[in-house]
Amino acid sequence: MIHFVVHEDGDGVGVVVVEGVKSGTELTGWIMEQDTEIKVVAKSDIPIGHKVSLTDYKPGDTVIKYGVDIGKVVAPIARGEHAHVHNIKTKRW
Amino acid sequence: MDLSKATFWGFKRENGRIGVRNHVIILPVDDLSNAAAEAVANNIKGAMALPHPYGRLQFGADLDLHFRTLIGTGSNPNVAAVVVIGIEDGWTKRIVDGIAATGKPVTGFGIEGHGDHETIHRASKVAREYVQWASEKRREERPLKDLWVSTKCGESDTTSGCGANPTVGNAFDKLYPHGTTLVFGETSEITGGEMLVAERCRTPEVREKFMFMFNRYQDMINRWKVDDLSESQPTKGNIAGGLTTIEEKALGNIQKIGRKCLVDGVIDKAEAPTYPGLWFMDSSSAAAEMVTLCAASGYTVHFFPTGQGNVIGNPILPVIKICANPKTVRTMGEHVDVDVSGLLRKEMNPDQAGDALLECMFRTANGRLTAAEALGHREFVLTRLFESA
Repeated sequence: MIHFVVHEDGDGVGVVVVEGVKSGTELTGWIMEQDTEIKVVAKSDIPIGHKVSLTDYKPGDTVIKYGVDIGKVVAPIARGEHAHVHNIKTKRW
Repeated sequence: MDLSKATFWGFKRENGRIGVRNHVIILPVDDLSNAAAEAVANNIKGAMALPHPYGRLQFGADLDLHFRTLIGTGSNPNVAAVVVIGIEDGWTKRIVDGIAATGKPVTGFGIEGHGDHETIHRASKVAREYVQWASEKRREERPLKDLWVSTKCGESDTTSGCGANPTVGNAFDKLYPHGTTLVFGETSEITGGEMLVAERCRTPEVREKFMFMFNRYQDMINRWKVDDLSESQPTKGNIAGGLTTIEEKALGNIQKIGRKCLVDGVIDKAEAPTYPGLWFMDSSSAAAEMVTLCAASGYTVHFFPTGQGNVIGNPILPVIKICANPKTVRTMGEHVDVDVSGLLRKEMNPDQAGDALLECMFRTANGRLTAAEALGHREFVLTRLFESA
């Protein structure tokens, strides 16, 4: 069963595609571009559509998704944690 | 899906363009004329009023866009005939003359000097003739190249970028080689992916025009912004759906132009493309504004991917909704025309998803009502550039 999808190898985040992901669950991810699998243990409850971090990030780091810069880290994010507006901000505007 | 001999059944208009709907519309020039327009549409079954809140004391580029949008809407081949009603004769005639260039039946009525009663009476007589005339129009079989397809997504979430938008991209890649006329836009929603769109422009001239439009929109945002636009762009709904930054949203957005199509031209808001291919239209990212502009540019079928469940429709442009979010499909299924949530379970591949959308596109073009049409969604929203005088 696929719990999250990753656009391509090297992306630092995946997208949860099932409802009800709880902290502690081992998640299986599908890297779409390379058609490979990846595992990560959730360290937060993560709603469907929201991102799970695949990387340990520190403030100032750049988050990569689709192989491209999607913004800067503003609070530490551990692998398996929920990555969203509380720890990532735009570099534009 | 082999599209080399693909056809659809459409209505041939006087100027050679092919429509997939056969509307008779009652088009108000301005806010003051909405009541008369709606009264005529109420009198004459099969006529549809397009009320809107603008058209008074506009000037300059904003007025030009107002005229271009209304003339483009009336000129769209999904419209068989038009009754125009304005508070006075001058601007009414300007819109009538613009639409008349297509050769389709159009008559205008100014209210001043007549009042609502007499205007409604006279306009209803013409609307009845138009509706009966249009009702005898028959569809004919046409090649795929006669279809003009626009796209814009709304209430996107992360499933849009990995499911619904790549589905549109797959369909665009399949339509593009067959001489169709395609468009995408949403200028602010390219932010963070503008370099990827620029790389896809066919010529340096197209690239220069694209970057001009992109930078013009950035300048507007930078002039007015009071924060990083979070909750506006991305919207509150986008954020609830898991999208974090404009860059992330933009990269999902541009999945809609597929992997093979090139950007062949750039148009300003509500301008008509002049040759087949993929066009970029400078436009708002607000759903109803953008789809209204697509209709005014002459597009006849629209692909609208959504994640969280935007319910938009348009009075004259059939809006096909594509969704990959299984929760939205479950909770808002009546709004979804093409369910591609199987993509995220690996039960469907992008090629199959693209084919499912194209199949729905042909059925829609041939006359099947979209969910938005059946539900009565007729959002007609004019883009404004600045304040009225």
